[in-house]
Amino acid sequence: MKNRFLSIPLFFLVFFCLAGFQQNSCCAQQPGLLKISFVNTVKGKPLELDSTFYSNPFSEAYSVTKFKYYISNIALAFPDGIFKEIDSYHLVNAADPSSLSFVFTASPNTYQSLLFTIGVDSIKNVSGAQTGPLDPLNDMFWTWNSGYVMVKIEGRSPQSMVVNNKVEYHIGGFSGTHNVLKKLRLDFPTSLTLDIREGKTSEIIIEADLDKCWLQSYDLKISENPVCTTPGELAKKIAGNYSKMFTIKSIINH
Amino acid sequence: MFALFVGAGKKPPEPRPTWLEFKIPQGWPKPATDIFAKNRLSEEGFQLGKKLFHDGRLSKDGNFPCASCHQQFGAFASYDHDLSHGYNNTFTTRNAPGLFNLAWMPKFHWDGGVNHIEVQPLSPITAPNEMAENLDSVLRKLRKDTAYPKLFKAAFGSTEINSQRMLKALAQFTGSIVSANSKYDKVLRGEATFTPGELNGYNFFKANCAGCHKEPLFTDYSFRNNGLAASPFLNDNGRMKITGNKADSLKFKVPSLRNVMLTFPYMHDGRFYSLGAVIDHYRTGIITTQPTLDSLLTKRIAITNREKNELIYFLNTLTDTSMTRNPRFAEKVTYYSH
Repeated sequence: MKNRFLSIPLFFLVFFCLAGFQQNSCCAQQPGLLKISFVNTVKGKPLELDSTFYSNPFSEAYSVTKFKYYISNIALAFPDGIFKEIDSYHLVNAADPSSLSFVFTASPNTYQSLLFTIGVDSIKNVSGAQTGPLDPLNDMFWTWNSGYVMVKIEGRSPQSMVVNNKVEYHIGGFSGTHNVLKKLRLDFPTSLTLDIREGKTSEIIIEADLDKCWLQSYDLKISENPVCTTPGELAKKIAGNYSKMFTIKSIINH
Repeated sequence: MFALFVGAGKKPPEPRPTWLEFKIPQGWPKPATDIFAKNRLSEEGFQLGKKLFHDGRLSKDGNFPCASCHQQFGAFASYDHDLSHGYNNTFTTRNAPGLFNLAWMPKFHWDGGVNHIEVQPLSPITAPNEMAENLDSVLRKLRKDTAYPKLFKAAFGSTEINSQRMLKALAQFTGSIVSANSKYDKVLRGEATFTPGELNGYNFFKANCAGCHKEPLFTDYSFRNNGLAASPFLNDNGRMKITGNKADSLKFKVPSLRNVMLTFPYMHDGRFYSLGAVIDHYRTGIITTQPTLDSLLTKRIAITNREKNELIYFLNTLTDTSMTRNPRFAEKVTYYSH
């Protein structure tokens, strides 16, 4: 009895191996894997939640209690085309180490740029109940004005005059004049292309420097704007700032 | 793979949901988007949604199921309540609308802030002055229940209980509630006739009201300012809260007039308790100096007393008891025999 049960899976194992080899040699390439990791920093140093106070470019002290953002529609560009991750939605949460990196299959090639959107594309904002990273349980969905919070930054600052010295930036808005979606294209340095090879895992490490949120195209001063929790002009200005916070830190090809 | 081959012939196949077809009433437009396209309507999904709709565990203290504010006998509005009651002796800030023909509704809430039927329940479930719960806690309560895992399996193929499935089931129930069988509908189908007064009222309605309350749904789903004074307590700007646009100040969604006899009190804040008071507002009460007042109402509406009465006769014909008394939409009552 025991032998019979063992022999059946063995048969399938051999069968599938053979089938796999056959397919490999005739038509399709085996995909490689890409790991994308995010390192959240402030002025290049790893972000410490809750206890550490930082100073923004306007010498305003602040702590960070929450730092969450959506990365969607990841794609890799090579000279003749583009590879797109299917169903590409990721929630990065500084408080959850398991969210800081993810792996997906990508077709083998040599790539020169990484493309992604900061936030959740408009289609998923209007398509009803979602699950996984887009589950409203993740506390990144506005119930009173349907839509995802694309980036959430919360903390405290003595310069904030609102209750409990709160600093709260819940940045969202996906349609028309309220659209805060930012499509990024990060080109790899010429010396550092991304090689995805069959059966191997390559890695891109992206740095998100929170210090860039304060001063880019707009001067975000805590004393003036400690809170932004609705779509609109201020949200768009803050999104303009944080769109500059992502840089390629390194690429590891195996 | 292995289990599939070995198990073949021993286990009966997994039962599939009983798929249902959503029927569009004769002569009605197709909904702009098919709410069941990515949430295929089934008997099991509908029944699960109905149970969830009536389950107090979706609220913090168990006292506020969806059905506490959306009562079937009141066309799924809050019967005789200007504002509804929420958790811990609170009031809602707007009048609960009737829930029917939602498959045609492009945007939800008086201000249109909710863009899909599936995500609507997130608002009342989490609002501190309504059900005052959080989603995680609701799901934990449902998972502990002995019946729900089986019902989720019947509807969605596995016992997993998550927010997406819960919301899709609720949408299958609420989206299935159709009101298309009032006396008015029977007259259009040639199965009944209006009295002379009702007919006069209908003709008056078509000439003076149908610009916003468009047949056959009796709304065009637009957002308009109908010239009400803003309540100093509620300070409700309506649509402007969502769009941030001053031109949308004091605009609210045009409500359907189907079942209007049952959905009193009227307006977004329930300020008028009778249809007579509503009609009086349109003929003498509209504040014509409001900058965002609807262009159709700048001169108010001239209505004689006789026309007012006949209009009310007509509006009476929009009550659909085959919907408000349909046992299919009612909470399932189990009778025990000993």
